[in-house]
Amino acid sequence: MAETREIVIPGEVLCDAKEKKPSYGTFIEDGKIISKFLGIPRDSAGYLSVVPLSGVYLPRGNDKIIGFITGVEKAGWMVDINAPWSAFLPLSEAVDEFIDFKKTDISRFYDVNDVIYAQVSDVKRGDVVLSMRNPMARKLKDGVTIKITPSKVPRLIGKEGSMINAIKEKTGTIIRVGQNGVVWISGEKTDKAIKAIKLIEKKSHIIGLTDEITELLSD
Amino acid sequence: MGMKTDEKLIMNGKRLDGRKKDEIREIEMKVGVIPNANGSAQVRFGDTVAIAGVYGPRPLFPKHLQESDRAIIKCRYNMAPFSVEERVRPGPSRRAIEISKVTRLALEPALFLEDYPETVVDVYIEILQADGSTRVTGINAASLALADAGVPMKDLVVALSGGKINDTLVLDLCGKEDNYSDADIPIAFMPRKKEITLLQMDGELTPQEIKTIIKNVLKAGEEVYKKQKEALMKKYEE
Repeated sequence: MAETREIVIPGEVLCDAKEKKPSYGTFIEDGKIISKFLGIPRDSAGYLSVVPLSGVYLPRGNDKIIGFITGVEKAGWMVDINAPWSAFLPLSEAVDEFIDFKKTDISRFYDVNDVIYAQVSDVKRGDVVLSMRNPMARKLKDGVTIKITPSKVPRLIGKEGSMINAIKEKTGTIIRVGQNGVVWISGEKTDKAIKAIKLIEKKSHIIGLTDEITELLSD
Repeated sequence: MGMKTDEKLIMNGKRLDGRKKDEIREIEMKVGVIPNANGSAQVRFGDTVAIAGVYGPRPLFPKHLQESDRAIIKCRYNMAPFSVEERVRPGPSRRAIEISKVTRLALEPALFLEDYPETVVDVYIEILQADGSTRVTGINAASLALADAGVPMKDLVVALSGGKINDTLVLDLCGKEDNYSDADIPIAFMPRKKEITLLQMDGELTPQEIKTIIKNVLKAGEEVYKKQKEALMKKYEE
């Protein structure tokens, strides 16, 4: 049996509020820090947080995400970003040249069902604005997308990209991982890469996963 | 409730199924039974089986249903046509609509809905097999499914029914006891602070009896809570 990390459940008392400071995934009640999620508690420099093991993506500024265009508006695009809210990509944040939109149909830049790699530039409550003003931002062509639990994205990438680079190297694929849990894969052995990614998602809480993945890929 | 029978429901301190008066039925809980849903759970109390699926938080349309400062819960309790001996007519009945509403009210206080404004959390509860106390079984399943879906929660919600049969106060009524009981009380509560979120009563009891039943349910609920905790942990054990 592989070693697992400590797991807490919602409503579980983690520690006294005087000892540590509450961070993401926790709240204070009656002078105690309590977990909000089913997740793994983490202590960094006196701040106690709980990383949820499941859940939807919560957009935050400067996140790099993969989105699907769902609608072309007058001066921008509506984008599905796998979150509780849909996002808006304004024309000014997407195209550099001057556009007279009385004469131009902006669907020639991005059209419905296109996949884009973009950055979240602003979040106000449920109002999410995207931007393509990032050197990495672009339209993703000829690939497949799969969805994983957003909280497991850091695990998929690994320490300084060790895990994702191993998968890329062994399968000869190009992979883009959005922080919203959408993964875009293009290349020859796509099926093998998908299998590895699904395994990481399933066993993300097990210590020593990198070795297991390397073994799976070297078969 | 309400029906009369000559059958003795309690004989020599033992109930119909051989339980003691404050003994609850065998409990089985399983998390993650519906891969398509964000969170799901199946709960069995004796012969009562409920399955719950949670979707969301996700965008809510039409827009006039949205709340600008918080998410809303949509809850649906439904009995499968084959869940009882005589077929249940499919579709929402007066009873199902009422239980859907009280289930929603029982779950709402445990959630941080203000984290997801303008969205909806859909909770679907399906009763696969009914043998009394279906609403509390449904609430237990929904509570686990919500935790599994990663919806931020103040605490889990634990539910258990109490009642009175043949002038004896009992816990966790089964179908037959439910039909011929003097009174039954489904209770849901948040175990950390023992806050009650659902309290209904059908029948007649004295104030003192109600107090005793609440006390017994809160005590026996600890065991249900332990089972919930185990079920959540088990999903991530391997």
